[in-house]
Amino acid sequence: MSQAVLHVDSVSKSYGALKALNEVSLSVARGEFVALLGPNGAGKSTLFQLLTGLFVPDTGRIEIDTHDLRRQGSQALAALGVVFQQSTLDLDLTVRANLRFHARLHGMGRAARERIDAELERIGLVEQANSPVRALSGGNRRKVEVARALLHQPALLLMDEPTVGLDPASRRALLEYVHELRAGRGLGVLWATHLVDEVEDADRVIVLHKGRRLAAATPDALCGQAGTANLAGAFLTLTGETPRTQEGVVS
Amino acid sequence: MSSASHAFQALVAVASRETVKFFHQRGRLLSAVVRPSLWLIIFAAGFKNVFGVAVLPPYESYIEYQVYVVPGLLGMVLLFNGMQSSLAMVYDREMGIMRLLLTAPLPRSYLLFCKLLAGTFLSLLQAYAFLIVCALFDVNLPWWPGLVYALPAMFLTGLMLGALGLLLSVSIKQLENFAGMMNFVIFPMFFLSPALYPLWKLKESGAEVIYHLSLYNPFTHGVELIRFAMYGQFNILSCAVVLGTLVVLFLLAAWGYDPQRGLVRRRG
Repeated sequence: MSQAVLHVDSVSKSYGALKALNEVSLSVARGEFVALLGPNGAGKSTLFQLLTGLFVPDTGRIEIDTHDLRRQGSQALAALGVVFQQSTLDLDLTVRANLRFHARLHGMGRAARERIDAELERIGLVEQANSPVRALSGGNRRKVEVARALLHQPALLLMDEPTVGLDPASRRALLEYVHELRAGRGLGVLWATHLVDEVEDADRVIVLHKGRRLAAATPDALCGQAGTANLAGAFLTLTGETPRTQEGVVS
Repeated sequence: MSSASHAFQALVAVASRETVKFFHQRGRLLSAVVRPSLWLIIFAAGFKNVFGVAVLPPYESYIEYQVYVVPGLLGMVLLFNGMQSSLAMVYDREMGIMRLLLTAPLPRSYLLFCKLLAGTFLSLLQAYAFLIVCALFDVNLPWWPGLVYALPAMFLTGLMLGALGLLLSVSIKQLENFAGMMNFVIFPMFFLSPALYPLWKLKESGAEVIYHLSLYNPFTHGVELIRFAMYGQFNILSCAVVLGTLVVLFLLAAWGYDPQRGLVRRRG
């Protein structure tokens, strides 16, 4: 396996008596699309909050692009692009102002303008650059968030349930776009979701359930391990929970 | 990119966003100026002859009541904006923008300090806007160089009150809490201070407890720092209290925003 851009080693996190994450380990290599699949309450959001430094794990270690998140926080965060589950765009500012805000927080200096133009071009929103984000559709807002996460050219892209609230066409488009990015830029991607159909094309799937890592394998190997014909069946066998897709609950 | 340049860019990012948002909310600048102006024009006119303001430092002769209240009203502008910055933090937290800020590759306490500086910059802007109103109403202030000396005093007081707002934002759950803030923070701080009357008046009236509470109120020292500075005098005690309070409040706020403890842990 090529060099890991994310290395999570035996991370645990509790809130009082509730163990949100229990000795979870995982890694993402450069150019790899890893899906983190788990039902609501599995610990995905907690893991993302640890990966972004918003929380600190009780035990365990997180390295981003070889930088220890605890001891070399700034270097680790500089290598990280994040799309949060909840939108973090300032709706009153223009698309460009939102991107510029991020570029400055990352100290991009004069390179920012060129990078912003390039990312806007790529997502096809050049004409909306000076429109307030409020005027954009949900799908386009998500695109802006991905563009923003990529501005500083991170090694690792974290996507926390990024398709929540999007229509099926926008979901598919976003997923395809991130797969392209992974292939084109050699980005490591960790994509958290509770929807089984979003992980079918992943390089690896990590199943998280009640704070524990139940499995980590390619989609085919996962089906093999569970002895099922498809991922939905594998998910049901592993977790005992009914899997969900974009269209709803798998019957 | 050097770290100094990066730190400066982050400060520009936070300050320019706050400034742009401030000017989008036109009512905010207007109310920031109208509020103290009402006190200056109506309240001070009404009380002009009720209060006899004796000669007391830093004044060298009898002064009009309007002249007396201006430093206190400047303090009021800084106090209101400090509290509004606090609500802006709560808004940013609810909108998720705080996450974006706190995941920037810079020390968290520095990012909070950027927020504080940006808020204080807006406070000063409003304070000088109010001073224009004072000029229009021909208040007899030591315009030059008094208002230049007042700048660092207002800056420090603004930082202290902004740090108080920052600390309060750790525990405020909802945006609707401004009324509570008015009742429990703004009014007590404002009235327990020499903003509207010299503290010896309280003592003279026999309100000993209120007098002593006012002496320990950091806002008192902010107002006195500004008042003395306007007349080219340096009030060491007030400066020490303001600086000390600023440091303590900011450290507490930074502690409150620490990922192992404060609000992010509770709010996710």
